[in-house]
Amino acid sequence: MADSGSEDIAVIGNTDLTPSESENNLKNTMVEKGTSLLKKMEISVAEAEKRTGKNAVNMQETYTVYLIEMRPVDAASEGTNPVPDSLWRRYSEFELLRNYLLVTYPFLVVPPLPEKRAEFVWHKLSADNMDPDFVERRRVGLENFLLRVASHPDLSTDKIFYSFLTEENGWKETVFETGFQAKADSRLKALNATFRVKNPDKRFAEMKHYGDELQSVISQLLRVRARAADRLYGVYKVHGNYGRVFSEWSAIEKEMGDGLQSAGHHMDAYAASVDDILEEEEHYADQMKEYLFYADALRAVCRKHELTQYELEMAAQDLTSKKQQREELATGTIRTFSLKGVTSKLFGQETPEQREAKLKMLETQIEEGEELVKERNAECEEFVKSAWVDIERFKEQKDHDLREALISYAIMQISMCKKGIQVWNNAKECFSKM
Amino acid sequence: MMSGSVVDNTVSSGNSSAAIPTDISGQILDLDEDDDLEVFSKDTTLTDGSSFNASMQTSPASMINQYKFEEDADTKDIFVTVDNPESHVTAIETYITYRVMTKTTRSEFDSSEFEVRRRYQDFLWLKGRLEEAHPTLIAHPLPEKFVVKGMVERFNEDFIETRRRALHRFLNKIAEHPIFSSSEDFKIFLTAASGELTSHKKQGPGFLSRMGDTVKAVAAAVRGVRNRPQEFTEMQEYVEAFSQKISSLDKVTQRIVREQKEYLEELKECGPTYALWSQSEEELAEPLKNVAGCVDRCCKETEEQVKNLSDHLIPVLHEYVLCADTLKAVLRRRDNIQADFEAKTEALATKKADRDTMRNDLDKAEDRLEWANNALKSDWTRWQKVMRTDLRSAFVDTAERNVSYYEKCLAVWESFLHSQRTDAEGNGKVDFS
Repeated sequence: MADSGSEDIAVIGNTDLTPSESENNLKNTMVEKGTSLLKKMEISVAEAEKRTGKNAVNMQETYTVYLIEMRPVDAASEGTNPVPDSLWRRYSEFELLRNYLLVTYPFLVVPPLPEKRAEFVWHKLSADNMDPDFVERRRVGLENFLLRVASHPDLSTDKIFYSFLTEENGWKETVFETGFQAKADSRLKALNATFRVKNPDKRFAEMKHYGDELQSVISQLLRVRARAADRLYGVYKVHGNYGRVFSEWSAIEKEMGDGLQSAGHHMDAYAASVDDILEEEEHYADQMKEYLFYADALRAVCRKHELTQYELEMAAQDLTSKKQQREELATGTIRTFSLKGVTSKLFGQETPEQREAKLKMLETQIEEGEELVKERNAECEEFVKSAWVDIERFKEQKDHDLREALISYAIMQISMCKKGIQVWNNAKECFSKM
Repeated sequence: MMSGSVVDNTVSSGNSSAAIPTDISGQILDLDEDDDLEVFSKDTTLTDGSSFNASMQTSPASMINQYKFEEDADTKDIFVTVDNPESHVTAIETYITYRVMTKTTRSEFDSSEFEVRRRYQDFLWLKGRLEEAHPTLIAHPLPEKFVVKGMVERFNEDFIETRRRALHRFLNKIAEHPIFSSSEDFKIFLTAASGELTSHKKQGPGFLSRMGDTVKAVAAAVRGVRNRPQEFTEMQEYVEAFSQKISSLDKVTQRIVREQKEYLEELKECGPTYALWSQSEEELAEPLKNVAGCVDRCCKETEEQVKNLSDHLIPVLHEYVLCADTLKAVLRRRDNIQADFEAKTEALATKKADRDTMRNDLDKAEDRLEWANNALKSDWTRWQKVMRTDLRSAFVDTAERNVSYYEKCLAVWESFLHSQRTDAEGNGKVDFS
């Protein structure tokens, strides 16, 4: 194997890598991206716990909290092991953080949270939010989210994010104080812009289309995979019946008994092996899901661009119409329909003083309008520039991560095949002793 | 104990099997249901549509070792194959014949090679004759008649092929049986031209006599056996348990096939999804297409694995399910022979008239019983050995095919990994940050 020094080559070459090792590699890659935050602190979501308490409407509820730990990087390498800073957060607080980031950095592809409810489940997997397996997978997903944010060059420097990690009490108030909720765009406004914008940046339109396709194809993949997992489970489990029948049969046979009995054990082992196999596959599904949700974040950036562009276009349109009005007023020609025009025709012209006043008002409006257009233009340009940088960054990250995911999928399949070969070779030996 | 020659305590009728007791009361002859649904009339003088070769005059040594067998190849002196199904259409019916080829060095055969065409009916006839002559020997089962399960068409290729293989196994099992293989009926089956076979068939006990035997047999069954020897009771218990277990295995295997097929259906959609995705991507297009190809190849292997199970393991298990039924029938027949003997013993003790005749009958019944018991005992041992060999090799074969399936899939995914490795090296892509 060529010595390239990249952990990716190490991943490819080592076919005995387990999914958790693969996940560690991913984390290492993020850490080595070297944001200043991650250079200083090690972040993890170490545990999950059930709590009960009163909710907003004073009813008892059970919910899960997750322990966030921050360890200084130096301490780990020096060998000392001080108690990490830690605090407990629940899922809704993560959601709040993300919503804040979405509003505050609309030009960034904000990393997604693990799903709120279990979807694309195959029958054995619980869809219950309190199920320990689901909680565990969510814990991993939340940690992943924090690391993604912490490894982002812009997001990692956000103060609210930092206090999310460090200030257990009063953090919520701090977030609300930023007034971010007021800055959030209404859905309706965004939808409106999507339909009416005239000249969006072509690249963003393509990106949005790509986001749609990505979401659609990953959804399909997850659905098909869940169904196939279900079926595969059935195939393996039915072999357990061989174990039972061989065992019963061996009781009535003399020479064949031993061979049958031991073959039966291997059939039981085969049937049991599917649980581990599918658990590993679930990890792969989670990797796919992250990018399913990333697709949404990508589309959000494109929609924001459309909105920004639309508002620029609106401001420009408004300015043009005001200028036209001024022209008409100045030259006395009426090119555009206006109520004033009609009424003045019906009820007589305005006085020169009135016209003067009107003109003055229009001038002010035009001045303001020009300012607005300049502002919005700058905003738009700024947005396009920053967003495109982040989109490029996202593209590279996506290509890398998904390729790793496919490789780890292949490794999983290989592991499954190796187990199968072993079991059936063992069974064959037992059968030949029948 | 049982040797190639059989105690002849009977008057043989013409050239039938060496040991048909004249008094065949007490022997159950299962009144077969109507033969093949294919036949509209019981008249078997219809022309066999194909031409046949009577004994092929080729060198006896030629191609004797062409076929593989489980028994010692060097002691085997007769090789039988069933192949080449052909359909025949006449005014009244349509039916399938199979080519039966025999190669042998046995002296009782006029020649060393024979080729004839036979239909399912003929096999049924042969089995019936063998069971008639040796009610307590264990004959390998024939494939079932066409059962309307709603899915298989009678002339469906798979059905014909499955049946052909089973017929082949049946004849080979007969050929390997020390007693059955020296049966005259067997010889005629393998060698006679169709017309000869037809006329020979007519010489057997007629319909009415079979009817009469059945009535007597039912009567015997009703009487019941009083003092069944322990070893036969044990046999019966074993057969019961064996029958259950083998049926379970048959069902489990069929269930596995069903689940595999459903898994395959879902898996078939995975590849195309990855392929679709690759169309939206640039850098990822190649690995995605690659994965799509891998999944598709695994699908093909899975398909073949399912076919293997259906073609190799299931037929064997199924045959042993039928074997269990055969064993039950054999034990029943033995019981009836004993019941007949017991009845005659009782009769002699109680009746006063005809004592000489009855004594004679009783002696014959006693002989018949002893002969039946001995035949069963030694054939039982032989059958167990054969069963063990058959099932062992069927399961070993299945395990080997499963290993091979996983090895092939393993290779598919390893080649994907290899391509990704060389890709990364080749493109100089070392730094993904």
